[in-house]
Amino acid sequence: MSDPAASERANPPGSASGRPPSQVYAATAAVGLALIALPWLLGPFGSAWVRGLCFAALYVMLALGLNIVVGFAGLLDLGYIAFYAVGAYTYALLASPHLTEHFPALAHAFPAGLHVSIWLALPIGASLAAAFGILLGAPVLKLRGDYLAIVTLGFGEIIRIFLNNLNAPLNFTNGPSGITLIDPVRIGSVDLAHPGSVLGFRPSSLVLYYYLLVSMALLAMLVCIRLQDSRLGRAWMAIREDEVAAKAMGINVRNVKLLAFSLGATFGGVAGGLFAAFQGFVSPESFSLMESIVVLSMVVLGGLGHVPGVVLGAVMLAMLPEALRHTVVPLQEAIFGRVLIDAEVLRMLLYGLATVGIMLYRPRGLWPAPEHGVRRALARNGAPGPAVAQSGSRDG
Amino acid sequence: MDTLVQQVINGLVLGSLYALIALGYTMVYGVLNLINFAHGDVLMVGALAALSAIGLLHGLWPGLPGWALLILGMAAAIPVCVSLSLVIERIAYRPLRNAPRLAPLITAIGVSLLIETLAMLVWGRNYLTFPQLLPEAPIHIGNATISVTKIVVIVLAAVIMGSLLWLVQSTRLGRAMRATAENPRVASLMGVNPDSVIAMTFAIGAGLAAVAGVMIEATYQVAHFYMGFIPGLKAFTAAVLGGIGNIAGAMVGGILLGLIEALGAGYIGQLTNGIFGSNYQDVFAFIVLCTVLILRPSGLLGERVADRA
Repeated sequence: MSDPAASERANPPGSASGRPPSQVYAATAAVGLALIALPWLLGPFGSAWVRGLCFAALYVMLALGLNIVVGFAGLLDLGYIAFYAVGAYTYALLASPHLTEHFPALAHAFPAGLHVSIWLALPIGASLAAAFGILLGAPVLKLRGDYLAIVTLGFGEIIRIFLNNLNAPLNFTNGPSGITLIDPVRIGSVDLAHPGSVLGFRPSSLVLYYYLLVSMALLAMLVCIRLQDSRLGRAWMAIREDEVAAKAMGINVRNVKLLAFSLGATFGGVAGGLFAAFQGFVSPESFSLMESIVVLSMVVLGGLGHVPGVVLGAVMLAMLPEALRHTVVPLQEAIFGRVLIDAEVLRMLLYGLATVGIMLYRPRGLWPAPEHGVRRALARNGAPGPAVAQSGSRDG
Repeated sequence: MDTLVQQVINGLVLGSLYALIALGYTMVYGVLNLINFAHGDVLMVGALAALSAIGLLHGLWPGLPGWALLILGMAAAIPVCVSLSLVIERIAYRPLRNAPRLAPLITAIGVSLLIETLAMLVWGRNYLTFPQLLPEAPIHIGNATISVTKIVVIVLAAVIMGSLLWLVQSTRLGRAMRATAENPRVASLMGVNPDSVIAMTFAIGAGLAAVAGVMIEATYQVAHFYMGFIPGLKAFTAAVLGGIGNIAGAMVGGILLGLIEALGAGYIGQLTNGIFGSNYQDVFAFIVLCTVLILRPSGLLGERVADRA
């Protein structure tokens, strides 16, 4: 690969790798330094900000996973949070006293309690989530996209119903009250919930979790970027643009779609396991339809199918509640003397508005993909009369 | 046996409500090939608007009888729903009519979130109680009982569905709707204005949703800002079961789904020795949906959908 023309072909101009390497290295170093310094800079303003950053990293993983399904492969998944729930409950069950308390046989087998390490539980949770993805996707993926949307929406609700009700007659999930006392992450001998001194520093638990979650998010980003230009990634985009043409090019549409679905689910499963360890407890509350929609808004806002855009969208929307709490609430108090619309409601309003507004006015997102993308299909907007274009795009 | 009769009655009530809502989905799908995600929320707004109107009227004229309040409440809900639905169509769906099909779906979800949040701001987060407007005393059929409200639900739904079938089969508007569903371009060449036909379709669907919303809260006597979601999901399942895009199919699918759910919830405890209880009622619709999609994606009465799959 020393031939410059070959590398030019492999890296289309304008993509990050097409720029002089020194710039890329400088930018990477700057971003890396900023990410390392961020919790120390925000720390003085309150731990809520660092906590917010941790959740932002989790949301980045979720949004990247959903982006594989919706952005790359063009399949609308409205129950994505169910995979997050699968991952979270898997770790919660494997690393908390819950199962041994309620099943004497297990308590016999594990007298010290069930304390599976997260590094073992994460792959288990991720594969379970992927299995669920395949189970769910297999029957419906050959159907049209809208059906998939509804079936996944239903699936998300069903998972929640089961989590809520599987506490009788055998107590698997502890119902609405959820599972508590989940083991925190341990890296080597360091317990992230109660770190003593690490390499001479005494960082807070939150800061350590921040570094862990951000590194996982960066890993997810790397995987996504590598996937995007792989054979598989190109197959996904081909399917998204035109399924019939993709089929004609020899792509096994069903298998490739299933791969997108299960890979997306895997991301959700990993994020879920980390979430359970970070929070220390899980309950069905955290996995409502609203969460699925929130993650979808992140992907749509940032830019369907564009990894940096999706990360931007996730960070923006995840940090929004914290920002609103510090701006809009005091503002309302100053003007009206009381809080008319609390930050939570305002957040939902903004999510709704953002999703609609983006789809109408900037369908490719705030930071759209440079080359291939949803653009060509959307550009048909301005084309011929409504009826003419309709007959072309309706029967997809 | 008593359980059977009682659950069949419950199933018919539930089914009539699902059918009314499913019609809204199926008609819009018929002309636009779009799943109107905000349909359940239109229903919710209608129900809550009717509740407010009834409260207001009751405050102004305390002497009004219950049935009059119910009719007036419905009369208030219908225009609210129709205008809301027309606004949604105009703002969120029409500009995206030729966009890839993911776009209007995503907008619809955003609209749904927006409406729910706004409704939460207007009517609050709590469950609101709907007054008992029709006589409370149940009517006995054997050992089973049915309330007057439930009878009204079944009769009203039957009348509405009958008139809708007549509208679609025998009027000029109905013919225009069928033509647009068949092929919008050719329909417009024949002097049909697809835009106004589509708007009318949304309006009719919203009117039906308003009626269904008021009847749901009259039957279960609660209303809140999230009440539209589950009925919306079920009604969509009903529409798919009957064959989406097919009006008679939505009716059949709705009634059938209602019966499946009621009988399933009634017997699941016995069948599984109490492992699963009626709290799993919501799971049935999903199982039905998946089964239909696997075995017969065009639904029971659908024919045209198969080639679009």
